[in-house]
Amino acid sequence: MMTLQTADMVRILPEIVLSIFGILVMVLEPFVPAGQKKLLGWMALLGVLAGGTATVRTSFEPGMAFRGSIAADGFSVYFIYLFLLVAGLVILGSMDYLERDHAQHGEFYALVLLGTVGMCFMAASTDLIMIFLGLEISSISTYILAGFRRADRLSNEAALKYFLLGSFATAFFLYGIAFVYGLTGTTNLLGASARLMEPSQWSTFARVALVLMFVGLAFKLSTVPFQIWTPDVYQGAPAPVTAFLSVGPKAAAFAVLLRLFLGSFASAGSVTFWILWISAALTMCLGNLAAIWQTNVKRLLAYSSIAHAGYILVGVAAGRSDGISAVMFYLVAYALMNVGAFILVAYLSGAGERLVQIEDYTGLALKRPGVAACLAVLFLSLAGFPTTAGFLAKFYVFRAAIHSHLVGLTVLALLNSVVSVYYYLRIVVAMYMREGKTETAGAVLPWPVRTALAVSVLGIFYLGLAPKLPLGLSTLSALPLPK
Amino acid sequence: MSWFTAHSLTIVTFFPLLGAVVIAFLRRDRTSSVRWVALLCSLLTFLMTVWLYFGFDSHRTGMQFEEFRIWMVLPPVNYHLGVDGLSMLLILLTGLLTPLSVLVSWSSITHRTKEFFLFLLALETGMIGVFAALDLVLFFVFWEVMLIPMYFLIGIWGHERRVYAAVKFILYTMTGSALMLTGILYLYNLTGTFDLPRVLDYLTATSLLSPQAERWLFLAFFVAFAIKVPLFPFHTWLPDAHVEAPTAGSVILAGVLLKMGTYGMLRFCLPLFPGASRAFAPVVCALAIIGIIYGALVAMVQPDLKKLVAYSSVAHLGFCVLGIFVFNAQGMEGSIYQMFSHGVSTGALFMLVGMLYDRRHTRLISEFGGLATSVPVYSTFFLIVALSSLGLPMLNGFVGEFLIIVGSYHSGALYAALAAAGVVLAAVYLLWMYQRVFYGDITNEKNRTLPDCNLREKLILTVVVVVIVAMGVYPQPFLRRMDRSVAFIMQRVERRTLLFTERAPAGHLGGGQ
Repeated sequence: MMTLQTADMVRILPEIVLSIFGILVMVLEPFVPAGQKKLLGWMALLGVLAGGTATVRTSFEPGMAFRGSIAADGFSVYFIYLFLLVAGLVILGSMDYLERDHAQHGEFYALVLLGTVGMCFMAASTDLIMIFLGLEISSISTYILAGFRRADRLSNEAALKYFLLGSFATAFFLYGIAFVYGLTGTTNLLGASARLMEPSQWSTFARVALVLMFVGLAFKLSTVPFQIWTPDVYQGAPAPVTAFLSVGPKAAAFAVLLRLFLGSFASAGSVTFWILWISAALTMCLGNLAAIWQTNVKRLLAYSSIAHAGYILVGVAAGRSDGISAVMFYLVAYALMNVGAFILVAYLSGAGERLVQIEDYTGLALKRPGVAACLAVLFLSLAGFPTTAGFLAKFYVFRAAIHSHLVGLTVLALLNSVVSVYYYLRIVVAMYMREGKTETAGAVLPWPVRTALAVSVLGIFYLGLAPKLPLGLSTLSALPLPK
Repeated sequence: MSWFTAHSLTIVTFFPLLGAVVIAFLRRDRTSSVRWVALLCSLLTFLMTVWLYFGFDSHRTGMQFEEFRIWMVLPPVNYHLGVDGLSMLLILLTGLLTPLSVLVSWSSITHRTKEFFLFLLALETGMIGVFAALDLVLFFVFWEVMLIPMYFLIGIWGHERRVYAAVKFILYTMTGSALMLTGILYLYNLTGTFDLPRVLDYLTATSLLSPQAERWLFLAFFVAFAIKVPLFPFHTWLPDAHVEAPTAGSVILAGVLLKMGTYGMLRFCLPLFPGASRAFAPVVCALAIIGIIYGALVAMVQPDLKKLVAYSSVAHLGFCVLGIFVFNAQGMEGSIYQMFSHGVSTGALFMLVGMLYDRRHTRLISEFGGLATSVPVYSTFFLIVALSSLGLPMLNGFVGEFLIIVGSYHSGALYAALAAAGVVLAAVYLLWMYQRVFYGDITNEKNRTLPDCNLREKLILTVVVVVIVAMGVYPQPFLRRMDRSVAFIMQRVERRTLLFTERAPAGHLGGGQ
């Protein structure tokens, strides 16, 4: 029946390479002596680099694969690079963390790689079943990762919560797929969208299908009211894992959201628009208002990531190609800021993650000026100050929103970002403007962490000051989407 | 040489940042080299601004020393710098006040010296950038970036309630900025460019803006600037920020940062939205006058010297706003002149209060009395500066206030009368304060042995007094350099108003001669 063609294989080469490395790490794990497990981390990093090289090859072979269920286009290549960046930074940031907390196991790296494979499939698939498979692959890996500190109660709670609510959400998504299949007779996006071209073809059931799929994705995006799990899971999971799951699955879900809502099912029109508008508004407001009251840095960052999902949704609501490219640019900026922040939090927290309260950062600027400066840059970027990536990301999203005449939503978003300045600055205040505590965070950073940090901080300034290239890429990559 | 002349504004803008980078690489304990680098760098910047000021051709309309480079292609954001008579004067003021602030902080900042001077120099780059930027986004970038060093200056080196003051300062300003950014994006959506001269051309040549939209846009920009000035109902952040900031912070805050608000009104609100400016002028003038009277009355009853000076700023800036919104050349020139002279006089008042605080660690008026006998030199300097601040003829404060009052008389005698009452009140609070602090018997024994000004302080104050007297006696060279720019803004306001009256004869336009 189906013959394997070379072109098909080339178009999923990044996923193949990552899977091979993931399995290899798993297989080699028993043969690596106990003190040397870090080697597996380096191997996984090599896998990420190999995946990056493979993606270059893929990008020379654009087109559809496996009878139209995978697309190797600018859009998917852009997202694959984003996921690889996140995976690379997380692996760099985890090796010494796991060593410190006596959780150095090879599976960790294998799971990061396999989770990345799932995300890549989510971004590249043009068939609902394939998207679902990608969603499951990435979800299952992250469920396990969330519980990686096995002896820790919070970590176990996080894993269980994430697993239960996550499986619930994927069920919703699957239900939506079933509806689409029932209505159109296919799960292929091209085929399905061909049968839902006209607004008149959007029957009630089709709209229900759309809403169900949105609910499924909303869990991963952690938009209000599907954000309940986020603070607990982000707090309980080991900090480098939080870095991974606050960015990776979220970006992948945004990729799917863009492909479905602004690509294939764009003809649904006003339903989509109002879902997006309302969830953007609610998500921003709730995320920011709740973040004000947090005293735990991880929870604060959790609510901040909810708020950021809201800003990104403004871009999705704006639609058009400039909305899509703004969202894609935002996701890169967000990845750099959030991964950098969580990795630093992981190291400052000390063994067992005891020091994660804002007061634990008191006087950090005097003790470790370099670390404090990096953290300040990351937080100022999250707050959206100019010259950092955070500002330009917001700027592009809001420009797109104004272009689509969403003035009200833009004003709301901008006022929200003023609120966010308050809580981001609380950490800066603690680091710079209050003095001395006997036990404060302040471990010496191992050099892989320094590398990861340097990449994110320099990346933030690069995106904030000379965004010509990344912006051009996101503009070009957004092109294949609207149909 | 030609490279230097072609990039002179960039060099002036980023030279202080270069100094900040040098300081960043110095060792933490080498405080004296840190100070010297900061002083040298800010002095060189000042010399460059003076050089620019004399190179400025007062007979030409439009922007000078322009630089244009593409920064981003889509959306088209450009690195576009340029100065006219208005911004040139404010850049000169920034250049003058920064080295003075460095000198004022010379021995009073002993704690985390390196970071202090680093932030001070970074702040200067931000301030010059705000005045030189001709691209809306570039302007916004400088406008926001400048908040961060100021935030740290208040928050780290301030007094007891410094964190509260710093956060209040940044949140107030950012609320305004959020609205302004919406306005900027909306304008871009309409005109397709962020370049200020081109946006101006579009708006004057075509009638893209409905009066309704113009009002909203005006408000979006105006509120941001009004918070910065601060105009009456938005002023509550100012006393906190001023009182809690270290001396240099207060000097820069009063001297330069507040001027960004009035600068923004002149640069953006009036030329871009002339119709709406006219429409809102009665309200704005009323708020300005409330600010003048209210600021003066509150200043009168302050027990704290620094708070008194802070509230006097509210009153003086009220004059500036009034001068702008009476829409005539005298008022506007007076307003610009007042911006400069308030920067020098109030900056100097903050320095003087800071010197007193360094000696006694209190600023309460009731703690002092009879200082004229124990510190005669200091008292003399204080008197001159106070007189300049209350607008004594032959000193700098007089010229600006006089021009503003004359200008406001043209649009309504009531405005002029109320504004003049503000001048009287200024005399009351400043002289009454002077009397309580410097005359009478020494009531507190600690004041008997206070050391008088040292050489460094004398140097700072002499520079200030020279500027005060020079500007009061011979204001012509300063005024002539702004003539063209003021005429340009006036022309924009008037021509566009004509268009407006043709289309919408209904009389919302208020004010006016």
